[in-house]
Amino acid sequence: MTNHWIDLRNADAILAIGCNPAENHPISMKWIEAAMDQGGKLIAVDPRFTRTASKADHYAQIRPGTDIAFLGGMINFALQNNMIHEEYVREYTNASFIVNEKFDFNEGLFCSFDDQEKTYDPKAWAYAVDGAGNPKRDKSMKDPRCVYQLLKKHYSRYTVDMVCNITGTKKEDYIAVAKAFCSTGRADKAGTILYAMGITQSTHGTQNVRATAMLQMLLGNIGIAGGGVNALRGESNVQGSSDYGLLFHLLPGYLKSPEFDNVDLKAYLEKWTPKTKDAKSANWWGNTPKYTVSLLKAWYGDNATKENGFCYDYLPKRSGNYSFVKLMEKMGKGELAGLVCMGQNPAVGGPDSLKTREALGKLDWLVTVDLWETETSIFWKRPGVNPKDIKTEVFMLPAASSVEKEGSISNSGRWAQWRYKAAEPVGEAKSDLWIINQFAKRMKKAYEKGGAFPEPITKLSWNYGQGEEPEVHMVAKEINGYFTKDMTIVDKDKTLEFKAGDQVPMFKYLQDDGSTVSGCWIYCGSYTKDGNQMARRDLADPTGLGMYPKWSWCWPVNRRIIYNRASVNPDGVPFNPKRVVITWDALEKKWKGDVPDGPWPPMNDAKEGKYPFIMVPEGHGRLYALDMKDGPFPEHYEPVESPAKNLLSKTQTNPAVKIPANMTSDTAKFPFVGTTYRMTEHWQAGAMTRSLPWLVELVPTMFVEISQTLARAKGINNGDMVKVTTERGSIEAKALVTSRLKPFNVQGKEIEQVGLPWHFGYAGLATGDSGNVLTPSVGCANTSIPEFKAFLCNIEKGGKRA
Amino acid sequence: MAVSRREFLQGGAAAAALILSGKKAEAGGADGSQMRTKGLKSSTTICPFCAVGCGLVVHTKNGKIVNIEGDTQHPINQGALCSKGSALFQVANNERRLQKVMYRAPGSDKFEEKSWDWALERIAQKMKETRDKSFKAKEINKKDNKEYVVNRTEGMAFLGGAGLDNEECYLWSKFARSMGVANLEHQARI
Repeated sequence: MTNHWIDLRNADAILAIGCNPAENHPISMKWIEAAMDQGGKLIAVDPRFTRTASKADHYAQIRPGTDIAFLGGMINFALQNNMIHEEYVREYTNASFIVNEKFDFNEGLFCSFDDQEKTYDPKAWAYAVDGAGNPKRDKSMKDPRCVYQLLKKHYSRYTVDMVCNITGTKKEDYIAVAKAFCSTGRADKAGTILYAMGITQSTHGTQNVRATAMLQMLLGNIGIAGGGVNALRGESNVQGSSDYGLLFHLLPGYLKSPEFDNVDLKAYLEKWTPKTKDAKSANWWGNTPKYTVSLLKAWYGDNATKENGFCYDYLPKRSGNYSFVKLMEKMGKGELAGLVCMGQNPAVGGPDSLKTREALGKLDWLVTVDLWETETSIFWKRPGVNPKDIKTEVFMLPAASSVEKEGSISNSGRWAQWRYKAAEPVGEAKSDLWIINQFAKRMKKAYEKGGAFPEPITKLSWNYGQGEEPEVHMVAKEINGYFTKDMTIVDKDKTLEFKAGDQVPMFKYLQDDGSTVSGCWIYCGSYTKDGNQMARRDLADPTGLGMYPKWSWCWPVNRRIIYNRASVNPDGVPFNPKRVVITWDALEKKWKGDVPDGPWPPMNDAKEGKYPFIMVPEGHGRLYALDMKDGPFPEHYEPVESPAKNLLSKTQTNPAVKIPANMTSDTAKFPFVGTTYRMTEHWQAGAMTRSLPWLVELVPTMFVEISQTLARAKGINNGDMVKVTTERGSIEAKALVTSRLKPFNVQGKEIEQVGLPWHFGYAGLATGDSGNVLTPSVGCANTSIPEFKAFLCNIEKGGKRA
Repeated sequence: MAVSRREFLQGGAAAAALILSGKKAEAGGADGSQMRTKGLKSSTTICPFCAVGCGLVVHTKNGKIVNIEGDTQHPINQGALCSKGSALFQVANNERRLQKVMYRAPGSDKFEEKSWDWALERIAQKMKETRDKSFKAKEINKKDNKEYVVNRTEGMAFLGGAGLDNEECYLWSKFARSMGVANLEHQARI
């Protein structure tokens, strides 16, 4: 989230698209309703009439996987009807930037597409630059090659009629939604966009997200109270696990994991440290060397020296894509010997789960660390297999629950909140911290005796106390970081003295010479000389906007609304005097309110002013992107399995996505659109809820939701067993016939949809077939997140699986 | 309506008469009367389900969790919880929770109980064997035909983290990369 949960109350309009907060983030509705109590409008855009839709002022039905058409139409609506925040767009976004002459777009393809490799060369989309090397600009935004004009042209094709033909939305509903949300383009209005997996789980998921961000920038809604682009994250610490780099392409703090041709630290820093020639651009990622070296010092301690590149050689270098779906492919081919699952249950949570379950049997060894038996840990005795045929050695380790250990988790609003240990773990269960510590210590001991390249393990700095349980506060302090030697730092008019071992107060003091340690730079400031900031419980609310700056701690630097320098005009005066996030005090020469996005004076200050979008080298929000794998503007393509032809171009699906074999667009065999979803009473792959009697009583079994019209056509009654089939497999479940689902009118045809929760499996107290048996393992061009939300299926009465 | 509900919840907390400092579990302060809550210790926690980050209060007696309810002082949920959050008590007290280390030998049709030490030693042996066997110090890049130092293992994958604490995620990340594990992924990718 750019903003945070309580901030939803500050919105004049809330657009929930591809998410269902009333169902999946129920307590967020407290703040959505608080906004509505003050006249804010709730808008729900979803294939199903969800619990959120039932509370909404406006509901628009949308066919799964057509979000870019929907949002692109809203961008067009805002531009055509002059509803944008013109000053914000001109000053703070790249709308005025000129694009080089080569850029072109034709029939769904941007220029420089390699049809063999299915890749673009994004260099062809670069800005035109002036003699000094800075991007050329036309602040009148009239130059036909400026981003604003290219954007206008691109989305002029997304007329209301065109959009509604694609999405299946009723025209009057669409216009009502567009009007209600685009009305927040005024300086004194705020609109927020909420999204979740309905946006991300798509072959063009990243461009879906970009479309939301672009609409928000056009309306001047980023950086302000009640605004932002807000991902409603589904797991309690999926924010933290992303922050700490548990993804193949990342290191902690969103530093990039090294690629094979980043041959040494110098080459790595050269590749990943962006540069600018514009003195007004803060270019925050220009600090990459400081954060990288501080991380290496946290990992390799005194062994990391300037002479040895701070042990950079010890880091693994990637060559290609190691994302979840690719891993499962490799596992299926027998290319993996071992798998460790720390509270993840791929036999239910991943797409095409029959394949995943088979692939688990190709492993030599499997370790699961969980509170429960999961479908993954008992895959070898799942229905329909003979355990004798499965050679995998399985270790099922019992883990402590969240109330049986101490540590922090980060919510969707980036608040890191501390949890306390209330009781000992049940039986012989152990905290994950203890288990990881045991793995590390035993590997260190084993590699002391030799093995393949032992140094990265034997020289790893690993000092978390002498106790049986590693000291979690020592870990938290290392994450924050400390000085390795006595330091004097001059910061403007202040001279700061630090001793070796002192905690670093905030990341602006981190160094690239080895004099600081920080395990995750974005958390620098979370554990300082004043103690554990994540444990704070002070309810002071000085701005009155619900930011609670002394409750817990949020990254970065306790800034509650990021990009907040865009909430003021270039002179530092808040756009909306009623909801002041930050304001420049010209007398005291400092910002007041939230922690600003950097301390510099407002943008118009000739000497020191900076642009507000500090994380990109050009300092301006990107309406036109330079580094996406599938184009600088989001363009509508159909999901890979779709009942419709692409009406906007001859390019049917995202051209930058390679399509695997087990997919089909045979609508004779699979006439319905399938989509997966979640519910309040169960959670994710189900292990954490399907064994709790209270929740099992509420939702005891797997079901498949269909419309009354489809039920009539197929002779299915509520509660009948049905079979749902896709190209990947089939499942049985009880039919739930509701008026929440309705068919879509797609290009003159009525297309029915089938809704499937994905929480069920064969382990636990309540069991049922898994929705993900049906889903495809084709992923987003940028992130590889699979297209769970839109596929083709069939449904028949009667319960036998194929 | 919202106000009266909030007052109601705050009233409930007052009846429980437990003052929360948010620090370690400590005895409740103002329990003068002989209520069921007498002698309970309380500590705060954050819900382990979705990422709204609601606060809860855990009550223990003689080291056992006897009650979990919404934290009325928490600014996000103000005491309210959804059905999952309300059921956290049954995560802590549940006969289906794993209590022992279990091992399933190749081809076996059952789990058998093992000690932590035995299992961890065997896992360490498996990890080392796999790493030693699959470790790639260098590789030739197909595109430019040049040799590069890559120092990684592709023989095993580490999955998960969205249910772990930050400090656990950090150590997992540190450990995985020290092992040279390229295949490091978690729930955010799906």
